Amino acid sequence: MSLLLQEISKRFGALQANDRIDLELKPGSLHAVLGENGAGKSTLMKILSGFIAPDSGTISVDGVGVRTGSPSASLQAGIGMLHQEPLVCLPFTVAENFRLGSDLGRTEARARLGELCERTGFDLDPDEVTRTLSIGRRQQLEILRLLDRGVKVLILDEPTSGISAAQRDALFSALRGLAADGLIMLFVSHKLEEINSLCTSVTVMRRGQVVGRGGLPAPEDELVRMMFGEMTATLPQRSGMVGKANVASLRGVDAGVGRGSITGADMDVREGEVVGIAGLEGSGQDSLLRVLTGLVPARHGRVEIGGADLTRSSNRRFSEAGVSFLPAGRLEEGLLPGLDLTEHMVLAGSVKGQIIDWHKASEHAGAVIRHFRIKGRPESPVESLSGGNQQRVLLSMLPDRLRLLLMEHPTRGLDLESAAYVWELLLARRKEGTGIVFASSDFDELLAYADRIIVCYDGRIVADLDREDTDAEQIGGLIGGRGAA
Amino acid sequence: MNRGPVRALIAVLVSLFLTLILLRATGAPPYESLAVIFDGAFGNPGRIADTLMAWAPLVLAAAGLVVTFAAGLWNIGVEGQVTAGAIAASWVARELPGPAYVLIPAMLLAGIAGGALWGLLAGWLKVKGNVNEIFGGLGLGFVALSFATFLVIGPWKREGVASTSGTDPFRPEAWLPTVGDTRLAPVAVLLAIAGIAAVAYSIRGTRFGLRLRAVGSNPASARLLGVPPQATLVRAFMVGGGMAGLAGAVIASGIQHKLVPAIAGGRGYLAILVVLLASFRAAWVAPVAVFFAAISTGAAQLQLQLDLDSSLGGVIQGILVLVFLLTGGLLTRWQSRKAAASG
Amino acid sequence: MGRTLATLVAAATPLIYAAVGEAITERSGIVNLSLDGSILLSAMSGFAIAYTTGSVAAGFVGAAVVAALVALLVAWSGISLKLNQIAVGFVLTLLCASLSSYLGTDFVRVPGPSVQPLPIPVLSEIPVIGQAFFGQNLSVYGALILTVVAAWFLARARRGLELRAVGERPEAAHARGIPVSRYRYLAAAVGGALVGVAGAAFSLDQKLGWSDGHTTGYGWIALAIVIFGGWQPLRVAFGCFLFGALQIVALRLQPVFPGLAQVLPTLPFPLMIISLVIVNAPGLRRLAAANPKWGRLLLPDPPAALGRNFTPE
Repeated sequence: MSLLLQEISKRFGALQANDRIDLELKPGSLHAVLGENGAGKSTLMKILSGFIAPDSGTISVDGVGVRTGSPSASLQAGIGMLHQEPLVCLPFTVAENFRLGSDLGRTEARARLGELCERTGFDLDPDEVTRTLSIGRRQQLEILRLLDRGVKVLILDEPTSGISAAQRDALFSALRGLAADGLIMLFVSHKLEEINSLCTSVTVMRRGQVVGRGGLPAPEDELVRMMFGEMTATLPQRSGMVGKANVASLRGVDAGVGRGSITGADMDVREGEVVGIAGLEGSGQDSLLRVLTGLVPARHGRVEIGGADLTRSSNRRFSEAGVSFLPAGRLEEGLLPGLDLTEHMVLAGSVKGQIIDWHKASEHAGAVIRHFRIKGRPESPVESLSGGNQQRVLLSMLPDRLRLLLMEHPTRGLDLESAAYVWELLLARRKEGTGIVFASSDFDELLAYADRIIVCYDGRIVADLDREDTDAEQIGGLIGGRGAA
Repeated sequence: MNRGPVRALIAVLVSLFLTLILLRATGAPPYESLAVIFDGAFGNPGRIADTLMAWAPLVLAAAGLVVTFAAGLWNIGVEGQVTAGAIAASWVARELPGPAYVLIPAMLLAGIAGGALWGLLAGWLKVKGNVNEIFGGLGLGFVALSFATFLVIGPWKREGVASTSGTDPFRPEAWLPTVGDTRLAPVAVLLAIAGIAAVAYSIRGTRFGLRLRAVGSNPASARLLGVPPQATLVRAFMVGGGMAGLAGAVIASGIQHKLVPAIAGGRGYLAILVVLLASFRAAWVAPVAVFFAAISTGAAQLQLQLDLDSSLGGVIQGILVLVFLLTGGLLTRWQSRKAAASG
Repeated sequence: MGRTLATLVAAATPLIYAAVGEAITERSGIVNLSLDGSILLSAMSGFAIAYTTGSVAAGFVGAAVVAALVALLVAWSGISLKLNQIAVGFVLTLLCASLSSYLGTDFVRVPGPSVQPLPIPVLSEIPVIGQAFFGQNLSVYGALILTVVAAWFLARARRGLELRAVGERPEAAHARGIPVSRYRYLAAAVGGALVGVAGAAFSLDQKLGWSDGHTTGYGWIALAIVIFGGWQPLRVAFGCFLFGALQIVALRLQPVFPGLAQVLPTLPFPLMIISLVIVNAPGLRRLAAANPKWGRLLLPDPPAALGRNFTPE
């Protein structure tokens, strides 16, 4: 029982998601696949489980070739995948989800479910409705189902995000037991502490390629270095623009639900200050940024903008108080596909009045396009622009006077020239006292531009560091779950 | 890249072919039938007048639909909004004294208000009650229909007899004035032209239209740009409903001259076909509606001249829109296959 | 009492076929909005075929084939062409209605064959319910059996579970090797055929013969009842009986309150709206979430992927 991947390649448009990946695993392997968001590990796992067809390359289990691009062929060959968001039908009962897609009869299914619960130590009520189960228990259900279908290779895609510590312990002990039975486990994660305690070997990916392999446990800073490449950040001069007054503060804030929620957050942002948020995907940064914009309500605690309590206020009140947010999904959450640049800028207030003077609006858009060096024309639909130019459009639409600017991955997917220009624009805003908060997975970016770096881990703020007193090694350790220094 | 004209041409040819096959198969003279329809729509001034009078409310209802479609809404409740407008206009016609120049504007305004109210209900159900606008609107449409029926045979019944054939005719001051001895009421046609022009202009040229399109494109982004999606949707329903209500008032005051139970007569539904065939663009609504109105009017002659059922008109309209939709889907599929094969 | 009940059950029969059929189709994630037109077209074709051949059975089969083809057209445009199912279904509603008028002119108000009564001995003698459930004809028995079988199939059978998964979360079904598109085509064909049977049950049994717009409105009512019944055959059938009762009440009241009698038949629509509002009310949603077993029964969810075209990556 062994798994062999040879020369797997996959390209999405201009992006080489997987570049000639080889992987060989022996029975009983507990193998970690490590890499930052966009490294290509999800694509590889989807190819392996048949959800995506590779452009080239082969997969074989026990020396038998697997037909690619079909989930049922992969499942028949013994490859099963537990998705990050378990693929179960929420209105179904546990027993129904368990037997869905198999030949099991109803009583037979219940018996099998009971046996597997005993074997793995999971505790599931067959009559419970799946909607009421926590993510962790839905995962347990999926693992049991895949075991019942006789998988030999089990892929787990970030299974520990959004589950409790107790569920994680139960999961790990079950996985160790399955490895002892000879199953191959592929564990996709970026939580270094976890993979070090669970897995026995690792493949590290970066930009679609395998950049490292080895045994585990291994020193965390070494793994972080492989994940992110060599740290090259040199610190520019401190700007000295940070004022005294707080533009925003959080006190004991809980917000968001499930994966990506934040608990007990305390933080302050001062005038002219740039605060970077570090953390692996889904560690709570999303909720932290959205609670500061009023898009996600705070369940507990207090949110203040410019000294005013806006804890229960709507997103509209936040924008009136001078808060703007540029989310990561530019086309999904920030721009309007189908509308052109002029129309975007009119909505952002380039011309006033109910009747729009398109001639004036178009001239204004042309000026903005030149000023922000956007590669596009006033009449270009926004979806036709590159990522860097879309980001410039979003920046160009910000109100003139801002108290607080929040950004998610401000330069993700941008070329170097665009990224540098985006930061030039952002830093210029500080002269008016605008506080900037940005989340990023790029350490160089964090260290180069932030005055202060806040580290999120597992839904909590675990460190609040002055840039002068920290380095990439320390941040790498903290985001991977090594306790605050 | 621009496959609009290709698509339209293919759709017209294929549906013409299908129609001819259908006619031949049912033993009808194919070319003569089409000629009778054309002649029935445009053959003499009276027929042209009838076609224009069919065209006006159709364009008004379609104009309302362009507004709601711009905001990404499937306002199938338009039939009910037409009915509600007709009911409101009839109420004014029955209750308000005074000369025509007071009465007719009041009826038209009441029609707008009635349609807007019915649109508001559908919007409110969608925004506050999470009720899908298709089923909410459809349900409200039947409620309006039964309310009209109730009025016709109940409180507003004819002197002596209750009959579903309608109320007593309005007094003449409530009739839209006509030209010569035709049934053409210029006011109706002017209102339709003004209505579709206003919609075309607002969608492209005003902040209101821009905000509608923003919400139709992406509610989440619209919110971040300061456009509240829910309030905008409700506004779209009210404006769209108002236009449809105006269509209802025109039907009551310019065509029926009384309230009949099914006063919308499927014109709201037909307007949906018009907008689908116009690919949701205001500028194409007026010409597409000419075609639809001509077929509807001309088909009436089939019965008289060839003893064919006038529903042939509906068949031709339906085939054309269906083929147009399918052609669009097939062309897209063909193009993406070609792209996949070459990429 | 017994006779009223029998009338009610018989009157609800065509609607049961249509609404249960549509519930099956929608459970797979396909919305066949064309019901109002396809019932008309199949009622006309069923009658025309039975009239021409003299065989009532042939009429039913022909009607089923006609409506199944219409439903397959909706499914094809959604599954293969990625078109909006609502748009295509809506156009087909109008097209089929017009076609039924155009093609049916020769059959308007001609006397034709009908389903023969077939009371079941002994059972039909049971007081009150005997006449209603065992003193009818094959068309009525078929609807009752269909309801029970469909309820069992969707709730209990393995294939029924897979069908629901396809309409609930096609990604999950696909991951399990369940052929999503094949299920959707099948559900559309079967559901469509039942819609056709509904048409024949009108023109060959409950509303004998053919006339222009013979069944107009019933398709929309069936669509409303599917929602009211929460996509569950037993509740859907109950909704049809409720509607049958409304019709009978309306008929009885006709001489007394002529206005009211006209209004009652549209009651399913406000009821549908109210039940949609209730089903979506956040407070009740929370209550149902707290008691999932009861919640699932009382506040059924629409199939989560209803009307959404599925593309595997």
